[in-house]
Amino acid sequence: MATIHLAQRPLIVFALVIVLQIILISAQVNTTAGIPFIQVVTFGAFSEVQRGTMNSVDGARGLWTGYVDLRDVQTENEALKREVQTLQVRLQEERAQAQRTESLRQLLELRERAGLATVASEIIAGPADLEFRDMTIDKGTSDGLRQDMAVISPAGVVGRVILSSPRASRVQMLIDRNAAAGAMIERTRAQGLVMGQGEALRMEYVPGTSDVKQGDIVVTSGIDKIYPKGFVIGTVAAITRDTGNYHDIIVQPAVDFSRLEDVLVVTTPPPAVTAEDIAKEAAALAEQQRAAQTVAVQNVSPQNATPRNAGPRAPAPRNGTPRAPRTPAPRPPAAVVPPPPSPDGTPGIPGAGRRQ
Amino acid sequence: MKILAALAAVAAALALQTTLASLVIRGTAALDLVLIVVVYISLITGPVTGLLVGSAAGLIQDALSSGIIGIGGLAKTVVGFVAGFLGTQFILTAPLSRFLMFVVATVLHASIFMGLYMLLELRQFDNPYSAVMSQAIGNGFLGVVAAQLVELLPGLRDRRKRSRAARLTR
Repeated sequence: MATIHLAQRPLIVFALVIVLQIILISAQVNTTAGIPFIQVVTFGAFSEVQRGTMNSVDGARGLWTGYVDLRDVQTENEALKREVQTLQVRLQEERAQAQRTESLRQLLELRERAGLATVASEIIAGPADLEFRDMTIDKGTSDGLRQDMAVISPAGVVGRVILSSPRASRVQMLIDRNAAAGAMIERTRAQGLVMGQGEALRMEYVPGTSDVKQGDIVVTSGIDKIYPKGFVIGTVAAITRDTGNYHDIIVQPAVDFSRLEDVLVVTTPPPAVTAEDIAKEAAALAEQQRAAQTVAVQNVSPQNATPRNAGPRAPAPRNGTPRAPRTPAPRPPAAVVPPPPSPDGTPGIPGAGRRQ
Repeated sequence: MKILAALAAVAAALALQTTLASLVIRGTAALDLVLIVVVYISLITGPVTGLLVGSAAGLIQDALSSGIIGIGGLAKTVVGFVAGFLGTQFILTAPLSRFLMFVVATVLHASIFMGLYMLLELRQFDNPYSAVMSQAIGNGFLGVVAAQLVELLPGLRDRRKRSRAARLTR
């Protein structure tokens, strides 16, 4: 039956016989490399079969592995999320550490630059009442701190120590409404008094004839015997002419008090002021006063010539709220009268810097 | 039965071919008796028998030679199949058509045979056209004569029997 069946399909028989003949020929012929042709052909064909089989097996294995992996991927995903969160926290800690290091480095540079005996201190608490601008540092009398020591930072003047305990101190910031400091315009050396306004600073008692421009840097004058001379307080933000003979200057503090972390407490008292210095200072102030009065007589109308109340405007104390001790601010230039030097030559300004 | 007879004819042709092996023209046999037998059997039996006979005859011929076994078999398989196919499609009983059939079959056989050898870089044939054409014409003539003889033989034997019987009755 099979023979009859094949006899009716000559093409199939022909193809079969041809294939057999080709196989037979291939078994005897070598390639140029000397390998039997049938071996090369068989190997080539079978390698394709092997490749296909391997691909199939790999595909099946991949599917199975993917399925198994998918079963664990949720657990792994949650673990990875936890790890990411942990790493994010750690990253924040590292950043904070880096910022802290940078802050300390700046503080160290300031200490070396200032050439003053200082004690580095960390701020450990802010104001108990937002009405007052003070803070607590972690150094006290056991570290040599005492009242009325200046507190500075790399950016500028911060304030002064107003209360010390053995291991902590309270610092009154310069922007506190009860704070004040002797100041001068760095460019023209025009002196005045800087007082806290809560957020900004106000510079008063600068003669109206003085050359003051917006953007001028205001530095400490050292006349208050608290803050060392020449430290930056801020920059002139606005200038208005008050009713009197003085400029009314708004000063933008150089220090960002909301971001303070570390400060330096100056334990070295300001250099002693000699009688000669006081005499020079008094002469300069008298000259400024005369110039201001001359300008007032010539340019100011009688209504506006009313002498301005020399005392800084201090806010009324709130009921029941304890007030920080007042800054021993220097007298306004008009009220500063250089006392006669003492017989031993020490500076005779016991009352200087006190606001009346 | 038909295949056995065909194989016997092939065997006879091979035996005769070996005795005529000295008749070569430029390295190619002047006549290919096996091919003539294959073509003739294919013409009268059809493509399947033709390709099987051709395959067997070629393989035997290859086995008896020093060449690659299968190349001659492949060539004769193709020739047997083509001849058998043409024999079923056309009337190829006239001498001229048979002559042409033998010539074409010889050329086809030589083309495959030499082509495969050259393709496999096993042997080179320098200008084989004249030898092939000589063999084709020789195969054509011999094939036509042989075919006529084969087909006339049964009638001659019958006529001889009948004449002998008539003489005896007188």
